[in-house]
Amino acid sequence: MEILKVLFNYFIFPGFLFTAVVGMFLTWIERKVSARVQMRVGPPWYQSYADFLKLLIKETIIPEGTSRFLFYLGPLLGLISMSILAVMLFTMNFSPQTSFAGDLIVMVYLLALPPIGVIIGGSASRNPFASIGASREMTQYFAYELPFLIVIAGIVLKSGGTIKFGEIIELQKSNGPFLYSISGIIFGMVMLLVMQAKLGFVPFDIPEAEQEIMAGPYIEYSGVALGVYKISKGMMLFLLPVFIISLVWGGITDWWAILKFLLIIVLIILIKNTNPRLRIDQTLKFFWIFLGILSIIGLVLAVNRL
Amino acid sequence: MGKFKLWGLKKSPWVFHVAAASCNNCDIEILDVLTPRWDVERFGIVLVGSPRHADVLLVTGVLNRKTLPRVLRVYEETPKPCLVIGVGTCTCHCHMFEKSYNVVGPYDRHLPVDVYIPGCPPKPEAIIMGVVKALQRLG
Repeated sequence: MEILKVLFNYFIFPGFLFTAVVGMFLTWIERKVSARVQMRVGPPWYQSYADFLKLLIKETIIPEGTSRFLFYLGPLLGLISMSILAVMLFTMNFSPQTSFAGDLIVMVYLLALPPIGVIIGGSASRNPFASIGASREMTQYFAYELPFLIVIAGIVLKSGGTIKFGEIIELQKSNGPFLYSISGIIFGMVMLLVMQAKLGFVPFDIPEAEQEIMAGPYIEYSGVALGVYKISKGMMLFLLPVFIISLVWGGITDWWAILKFLLIIVLIILIKNTNPRLRIDQTLKFFWIFLGILSIIGLVLAVNRL
Repeated sequence: MGKFKLWGLKKSPWVFHVAAASCNNCDIEILDVLTPRWDVERFGIVLVGSPRHADVLLVTGVLNRKTLPRVLRVYEETPKPCLVIGVGTCTCHCHMFEKSYNVVGPYDRHLPVDVYIPGCPPKPEAIIMGVVKALQRLG
C-alpha cells in the first residue's frame, strides 16, 4: 500500500499528471493574455493539449551521428526533476512535518536540472544554432544563479538558519509572511526576475531567440521529444510561482494562495509582453551587478532583522 | 490514425515558411496573416523557425535549379505527416518565368503539394481559406 501511495504521488497527484495538466493550461493562459495585450483574440482553451496530441503522432527525427541516449536525456531530465519538485513542494506545503533537513538545497538542485537538460539536448543536436543556444543557456544559467542563491541564503537567514522547507512555511504561518518587510520585498522582486529567466521568457529568452537563432537548443527536436520539452516548460510555469509563494509569501495554506498565484502569473506575463529581448552580455550585467548588489543589500537588511 | 489524434493535428498546424526565391510579395502577405488583424493563432496556427517543428510548409516562388535541392531538403527534414501548401501563382504554373532557362517546372513535379493558393499575391483571406482546405483534406 505504501509503495502504491508513493507511486500515486509521483505519477498522478501532485506529481507528473496533475502538474502537467495544470501547467499546460497555464501555457494557454500565457498565450491568451499575450494575445489580449496585443489586441488579438488568441487561441482556444484546448490549444496546448491539441499541440501536445499533435506532437505525439509526429515522427521523431534523430539527427545523423548523434548520441541517441543524450538526445533523449535532455528533455527527460527536465520532466523528471519537475515531477519530483512538484511532489516535494506540495507534500511539504500541506504537511510541513514531512520536511527533512536540507530539502531546500535539494529543491535548488532540482530547479537547476531543466537548464542542464536543455544544454545537454542542445549540444547533442549537432546543429550550429543549437550549439549557440546551448552556450547562451549556460551563460544565462550562471548569470541568474548568483542572485538566486544569495536570495535563498537570505531566506535561510530570515528564518533563523533553518534549511528545512517545512519549517520556513511553519515560521511564516506563525510570524507572518517574509514579504511584509523591506528585505522580503527585495527578495520577492529578485526572485520574480530570476524566475522570468529560468522560464526563458522575454526579456531573458536569449537561448531560444526565435528571430536570430530560430529555436536555439530545441531546433533539432521534433515529435514526442519536443512535446516533453513543452510539458516541462509548462510544469515550470506552474511550480516556480508556487516556489516563490512558499518561500516569501506564506505558503499554500489557504484559498488566498490561488489569488497570490494568479497575481504572480499575470505579473510574469506582463513583464514578458512589455519588454524587448536583452543581449547576453546585458543579461549578465543585469543579474550580476544590478540584482547581485540588490540581493546583497537585502541580505544585509535581513541580518539586521528589517 | 485515430480520430482523436487527427483532431490534434487539425487544431494545431505549425507553419514553416519556405521562401524559394519569390519576389517577396507572397512572403509579405503571409506575414500579414499573422498580424493582429487576421490573427491565425485563434486556429492554433503558429509560425515556427525550424522545419523540424513544422506541420505545414508554405512554399512561395518559382522553383529553379538553385532552389530545388534546398526545398527538397527542407521537405525531407520535416517530420511526417506534413502538408505542403503553394502560395501564389508562381507555384501553380511558373507564371511569366515559364520559358526561362533556369526554371525546373511547377512544384508538383517534385513535391506532393496538397493545396495551391493562386493570386499574385493572394489575399490574406485566401491564404487562410487555403490552409482550411488543406486541413479538410486530412479527413
